Amino acid sequence: MKILVTVKRVPDPESTLKVNAEGTGFVKDNLKWVVNPFDEIAIEEGLRIKEKVSGTEVVLVSIGDKAAQEQLRTGLAMGADRAVLVLSDAELDPLAVAKVLRKVIETEKPDLVLMGKQAIDDDSNCAGQMLAELLGWPQATFASELKLAADAKSAQVTREVDGGLETLEVPLPAVVTADLRLNEPRYASLPGIMKARKKELKEIPIAELGVDTTPRVKTVKLATPPKRQAGRKVESVQELVRVLHEEAKVI
Amino acid sequence: MGNVLLIAEHSHGKFPKTTLVGLTAAKELASKTGGTCIGLVLGQGVDALAGELAEYGVNVVAVDAAPLAHYVADAYTSAIAEIVAQKGVEVVVGTATAMGKDLLPRVAARLDAGIAPDITGIVDARTFQRPMWAGNLIATIAVESTPRVVSVRSTAFDAAAKGGAKGTVEKASPAVTGTTKFISFNETKSDRPVLTEASIVCSGGRGLKSGENFTTYLEPLCDALGAAMGASRAAVDAGFVPNDLQVGQTGKVVAPTLYVAVGISGAIQHLAGMKDSKVIVAINKDEEAPIFQVADYGLVADLFKAVPELTEEIKKLKHA
Repeated sequence: MKILVTVKRVPDPESTLKVNAEGTGFVKDNLKWVVNPFDEIAIEEGLRIKEKVSGTEVVLVSIGDKAAQEQLRTGLAMGADRAVLVLSDAELDPLAVAKVLRKVIETEKPDLVLMGKQAIDDDSNCAGQMLAELLGWPQATFASELKLAADAKSAQVTREVDGGLETLEVPLPAVVTADLRLNEPRYASLPGIMKARKKELKEIPIAELGVDTTPRVKTVKLATPPKRQAGRKVESVQELVRVLHEEAKVI
Repeated sequence: MGNVLLIAEHSHGKFPKTTLVGLTAAKELASKTGGTCIGLVLGQGVDALAGELAEYGVNVVAVDAAPLAHYVADAYTSAIAEIVAQKGVEVVVGTATAMGKDLLPRVAARLDAGIAPDITGIVDARTFQRPMWAGNLIATIAVESTPRVVSVRSTAFDAAAKGGAKGTVEKASPAVTGTTKFISFNETKSDRPVLTEASIVCSGGRGLKSGENFTTYLEPLCDALGAAMGASRAAVDAGFVPNDLQVGQTGKVVAPTLYVAVGISGAIQHLAGMKDSKVIVAINKDEEAPIFQVADYGLVADLFKAVPELTEEIKKLKHA
């Protein structure tokens, strides 16, 4: 089978982002960039299926500038087979991302699309659901377990939802988005890194796809919220209970 | 002059607080679009729920159909899209719950609409505020399409109250299509308050060391305070407690009157889910833990000694 996994280049989650002087975006210099952590989980899940189902190909797709090659190489080093980079200098909103991915999928024709449930930069949590709808495919988001049927025609997906765990069955092709506990992603091995350099990484200028990426959503302003101030230390449990009761009046 | 449609999520025959928060935002939006706010109840056997929603002073559309008995994204999207077209809807509003996060982007794609996910503020009928980067940036975004879709963060608005002229209830039978099959729901059973509704939340982190210690140390504290129990991602990843207790960037966002963080270091991903709480208490043996930078009251102590003591002191106070 063929599995397509999406990869987004994002700042390292431990970075502190600074808003630029115009208040329209964040300062991108001197940041460390990584594969969106949820996408790493999606890549890992694709590789685990590849290890179980012989003849499986795992194809990575990213949308971004040339620098996103680095994150695709990381995924190739983990064990993916090849990668596609849709070159775009403009930031796309989630619907435009989904439209570009649909176009790539029309060519690639995967049986399964694996994505991270959200990108940790804009925290939108939208592209997977939108892509599924545009393709007319079923979706299973926030997956914590993915079981392929023996005939690989459908999958049972356990999802992390409010109040517990839900299990859905979706016929393939389908879009599945990964939650934190789906798996623990492997590190790329040294031989993996060597091999990744020779794997195919195809670049497609976004204009060649002929997709209307007119944004539906525009960022007007970006700001840093007021910081919460640290309070004070109390010396004992007794003092804590007293201040909560008498001062804060919350118990 | 477009209308605002609230997707009224329900569970066990009730509207959770998150839905009533969404209703407040939907009414506010309707005042800005100049249209009316309509509540949409989807499911099977939803007559009573539809009637209840009308008591909040909104007109209600009820879709009662067997394929909607359990929520699944594709079937719900097909039904909602038809109602949107019928009712002249300018803005579709839902909640940033697990269901809303799964459903609303799909609805937006069906409508070729822009989406403002997880909003914390309404500037005007198409401009919203939302947190990004684990709440460390606040974006003001303009959604330029009509219709448009919005999901509402449950801590950002007050819950709507019943009142006003009772609305009408109208039944609709849109076509429902989809291929997703609901198999099962393994619900976490608890007698404690729901995390997103509780006025007090006590959360445990890696410092508790095991699931048993949640039972031995944290649960009695929750019960003494009448609190909901939460957890950090680290505690959930380690398998100490179920996933639906996770508070943070990718879990639940809470803003109770009192938040007690026990053995939680305070990674930004956790702070994103609780930093709007009114009063924050942190108990941690590491005085350098970042959680103390946001805590109103910090106690540097061994939680295995401090928490049972705290539980006893609270019981004494309640019986005094």
